[in-house]
Amino acid sequence: MSGTFLLDGVAVPFVAGQSVLQAALAAGRYIPHLCYHPEFRPHGSCKLCTATVQGRLVASCTTPATADLVVQSNTDELREIRRTLVQMLFAEGNHFCPSCEKSGNCQLQALGSDLGVTTAGFRHYFPDRPVDASHPGAWIDFNRCVLCELCVRASAEVDGKNVFAISGRGLTKHLIVNAPSGRLGDTDFEVTDKAMGVCPVGAILPKRVGFAVPIGSRRFDLRPISAQALDDAPRPGGRPDV
Amino acid sequence: MQDTADHEARLSHALGRWGAEGHRLLQLLHAVQTPSGYLAQDALQDLAQRLDLPLAHVRGVASFYSFLSTEPVGEFRVLFSDSITDRMEGSAELLDRMCRRLWVEPGRVSDDGLVSIGTTSCTGLCDQGPALLVNGRAIPRLDAARVDRICELILGREPVSRWPEQLFVIDDVIQRSDVLLRQQFPPGEALAAARRLAPAEVIAAVTRAGLRGRGGAGFPTGAKWAACAATAGPERYIVCNADEGEPGTFKDRVLLSRHADLVIEGMTIAAYAVGATRGLLYLRGEYLFLRDAIEAALERRRGAGLLGEWAPVPFDVELHLGAGAYVCGEESALLESLEGRRGIPRNRPPYPVTHGYRNRPTVVNNVETLCAVALIMLGGAAAYRSVGTQESAGTKLLSVAGDCARRGVYEFPFGVTVRQVLQAAGAGDAIAVQVGGPSGTCISVDEFDRTVCFEDLATGGAFTVFDRRRDMFEVARNYTHFFAHESCGFCTPCRVGTSMLARVVDKIHDGHGSRHELAELDQLIAALGKGAHCGLGHTAMNPVRDTLLRFAPAYERRLASTDFAPAFDLDAALAPARRMTGRDDPAAHLGDAS
Amino acid sequence: MSDALRPKIRLATTSLAGCFGCHMSFLDIDERLFPLVELVEFDRSPLTDIKHCGACDIGLIEGGVCNAENVHVLREFRANCKVLIALGACAITGGLPAQRNHLDLGLCLQEVYLTEPSLARGGIPNDPELPLPLDKVYPLHEIVRIDYYIPGCPPSADTIWKVLTDLLAGHTPHLSERLIRYD
Repeated sequence: MSGTFLLDGVAVPFVAGQSVLQAALAAGRYIPHLCYHPEFRPHGSCKLCTATVQGRLVASCTTPATADLVVQSNTDELREIRRTLVQMLFAEGNHFCPSCEKSGNCQLQALGSDLGVTTAGFRHYFPDRPVDASHPGAWIDFNRCVLCELCVRASAEVDGKNVFAISGRGLTKHLIVNAPSGRLGDTDFEVTDKAMGVCPVGAILPKRVGFAVPIGSRRFDLRPISAQALDDAPRPGGRPDV
Repeated sequence: MQDTADHEARLSHALGRWGAEGHRLLQLLHAVQTPSGYLAQDALQDLAQRLDLPLAHVRGVASFYSFLSTEPVGEFRVLFSDSITDRMEGSAELLDRMCRRLWVEPGRVSDDGLVSIGTTSCTGLCDQGPALLVNGRAIPRLDAARVDRICELILGREPVSRWPEQLFVIDDVIQRSDVLLRQQFPPGEALAAARRLAPAEVIAAVTRAGLRGRGGAGFPTGAKWAACAATAGPERYIVCNADEGEPGTFKDRVLLSRHADLVIEGMTIAAYAVGATRGLLYLRGEYLFLRDAIEAALERRRGAGLLGEWAPVPFDVELHLGAGAYVCGEESALLESLEGRRGIPRNRPPYPVTHGYRNRPTVVNNVETLCAVALIMLGGAAAYRSVGTQESAGTKLLSVAGDCARRGVYEFPFGVTVRQVLQAAGAGDAIAVQVGGPSGTCISVDEFDRTVCFEDLATGGAFTVFDRRRDMFEVARNYTHFFAHESCGFCTPCRVGTSMLARVVDKIHDGHGSRHELAELDQLIAALGKGAHCGLGHTAMNPVRDTLLRFAPAYERRLASTDFAPAFDLDAALAPARRMTGRDDPAAHLGDAS
Repeated sequence: MSDALRPKIRLATTSLAGCFGCHMSFLDIDERLFPLVELVEFDRSPLTDIKHCGACDIGLIEGGVCNAENVHVLREFRANCKVLIALGACAITGGLPAQRNHLDLGLCLQEVYLTEPSLARGGIPNDPELPLPLDKVYPLHEIVRIDYYIPGCPPSADTIWKVLTDLLAGHTPHLSERLIRYD
């Protein structure tokens, strides 16, 4: 089954099984998102892709595309919600961009500049979170984790390893490592794992690699995320250009 | 240590009872934990191994629930209910008293590993508070004498199972009965009436009767059943949502205590109607004291041929215990919990009626809804529909507590006014009523002629009264902290937003508030209301939003400045440096900005 | 009133717990400084060496708040500047100095001044002229109301120029994606 739905007044084609977000991206129409990755089932946690569908506010990544939909994705109200969500993420963790190896290639950072976020606005939490450098080839800075759970899913579904899981509830929710010691070095994690490459921010990083590309030439220096996310979206019948 | 040696015995027994399957994980964790709720690392490892699950996954599930702990909690874990009504009755002072008597700070384990004392969300004993849980067992009607007795028993290391029974007596107080509570329900009669109809006719009757869910959401029951019945599949499930976690709600507690048989009968009728053969009753962990009686009721019905795979309606029910997570009252989070996972609400669609328990078509109904089903079978759909309002048929059980002379369960037809309920409960001095708990609406005196029904003031049953002694800002603050504690953490707006809401309200409470905070509250209210993943997030800002609207002076008189002030005492922020340098000169201090 | 007689916008700047990198970046406006000083008079600033703020239209502050003296200066700026702008990562998030926030200040001072063998004489400096550090390093907006934010470490001269010229022209400052960087 396929058809079209209206996105901001313009028709967008879809095929059965696609979400509103997937159909929009494939048609070259950007809706901001963070926890969505084209190779994984939608997660629905970051809420950055919130859009108005039939007058109701929903996550567009978990809303199935159907032929009768009327979707607004770029109203003032939605932009305000997205800015607030990015601000919440910046205030919740310790996101010190100037010294972060992911800077310039970080989706949270790129979303911030694209949405016009100039401050976290809220009071910073300054949480005390550890850094895990126990693995010979990779390290984890939990201060930067945005709880998208892509590493959890990638490790379980692609690598077949279950290296990561989620623990705690509410604001104490955090990523944990599947080892009695809780340390990455005590798992069978490898730098070549899908879970390594899938982290959208600077939480899981390879060791001994950093700042190799000068400021001004990094991924999101060249083009904003609103343009680049469209490159990643699978075109109907095609593979995503990663 | 004694705990770890015992866990192997508990684990073997638990696996024998539940089976070594991943979806049993929560019940297995219950069984393996120490009496005080501690799950040691090796207990988790053994369990993970036996279930062939990653250790981190098991740890992740254990860490989600308030009553399970992966850190030691002492031989006795005491949790005081921190609901607003308990606070109004002095629970904070009683907690303090116990801490002093037992030489332990709140939230910490005593040095000798004997006891830890903390707080927990509303335990559903609002009509007989203040209440606490000790190793999972509820003790209501706390006063200084009871607290002292409990301290003696703890110091004497007396196992809770040997404590005097009279400490644990829970009263069921029904103040007003109406069509449901007055009805006689001989076991099996309502079911027999249902079986005289075809299953589709039963669904049609429930639809004609206009029955809507009694848990708070009010979804039309007939439509839910029809959608489940229409979904093809070899197995369908009936789940009874007995997770009654909304603060101020205790009507399901009373129904399960006095009418467990009726609830099971309702489940069986539902099973007949939709073609289900298996049922699950999810009982909130705080109602542990009801478990044995419900199991006995199930056994009685099996013995009477009213339940079981060989009964005329082949259907049996398994009782599952929750473990302290309000979000598991949300039907899809409840299903996740039943499947042995963290209670995270699912992405919808699909909905439970098509993809529910273990992906099978499932009906999730509230306790009271199932009782009403039986009433409709016995009395007929027309009689049921003739009571209530245009859009809200039948009666509603209200759990009335707070500042009133007669607390307890009141059954009223939908359409009753708040004023009528207040009069019946002896609450002449009320200034505010929280209808539907913190996720409902807070109304003030000007609105007491409004009606209890889905089209006006919807409620799952909670009806909490506040008189002129109460500070409505503090009420909102208590409720706001509740949501921050109970947020499942999945989505950004609720995980961070509920915490920020609590911080901002605390800043105002601490005397550092300004107009800036009121604006920030508005921003958070918008983000939560518009972006949240489930009902918890969508309603978490209700208490602040409603009290800001109706009790603005309670906020305004607390504002310290008109413009902006830091959230903390700047002079206190210099204290560590003063201490390390030994300085106390004027330059070592900071005063107010003005 | 002709341009020559119109009173100039008074602009004050300072660095609190900052490295002055944002001030250096500001000076990267290069020759645009000439048209700027036609419109703007610098009040308290490292560029003028005026010690205290008078009544100003705009205050630009880099660096977060790490000690008591920072609080005094920040309050002076807030009291005297109609519009106060947080300039750069440290002012907006606490920045590099705020990386000490997860550590206990007392333990830090102890480690540096008492445990470290490299200092000739131990002892935590306690001269009354030294400003005492706060328990944490705070972003500016957690101490006083801030009106606008210019992110970057440092913000580029173009970014700073855009905000200033917007304000001078009477627009609410707007930064496009290209001008918003956090590093």
